[in-house]
Amino acid sequence: MSETMIYNQTFASDLHVSADIQKEIQELWQSHGMSDMDLPDMQLALEEGLANAIKHGNQLDTSKKVTVECYLNEDVVRIVIQDEGDGFDPNDVPDPTLPENLDKPSGRGVMLMKAFMDDVIYNDVGNQLTFIKRCTFNN
Amino acid sequence: MASDVTRFNIQTIDGVTIAKFIDNRILDEATIQVIGEQMYRLVDDHGLRKVVLDFESVEHLSSAALGKLINMKKKMDAAGGQLAMCSLRSELLKIFKVTKLTKVFDIHASVEKALKGF
Repeated sequence: MSETMIYNQTFASDLHVSADIQKEIQELWQSHGMSDMDLPDMQLALEEGLANAIKHGNQLDTSKKVTVECYLNEDVVRIVIQDEGDGFDPNDVPDPTLPENLDKPSGRGVMLMKAFMDDVIYNDVGNQLTFIKRCTFNN
Repeated sequence: MASDVTRFNIQTIDGVTIAKFIDNRILDEATIQVIGEQMYRLVDDHGLRKVVLDFESVEHLSSAALGKLINMKKKMDAAGGQLAMCSLRSELLKIFKVTKLTKVFDIHASVEKALKGF
């Protein structure tokens, strides 16, 4: 079976719009029968990915857009999130688990995505994120 | 207190305030902002110094929510108070373990066990 795009949306960098988009995607996943075991992990990664794109990528500039695409290939879910920012090097993000960083209030989004997804990939520029997870579907 | 901390159920047991999250999703930025402000109010405005945050109802939590919890812990430490957490379901506990925030927060299985630490 080949990969199918099941969702594609481009929207302004607004966190409230992002919440609506996330709700749409969640409902779509549920309509495909995504298990309750996988749904929280996928929701978390989607929230972290979109929040990073809007806040750090597009710097909350509502004239800049975020594009989110969701693909399904049997039980493998792939999400691609693109922002219009300058990008970043994920290797430059300080390790939030080091003692000196433990009490910092931010910087854990990428780590959580890596912990809960099978694969997290950035393009060379660092303004396009792809994450992949093999999920269980009940349909 | 009830009028300005609407996102929590508040009760007091033996001088310790149990603040139970009402929301089951602390995921999106708007919700996190409101919950964070109300949580800080417990220390800043209401002067509470012994607080247990009860996560029994919480199913989802993002890294931005972790940031608010860290700031809450800092506020409580600066005020000379004590903050504990309890009743985190396994998905949430995994988030704290992955980020090693289990070293920062005083986490207990239940309200009763958290109260023993005060």
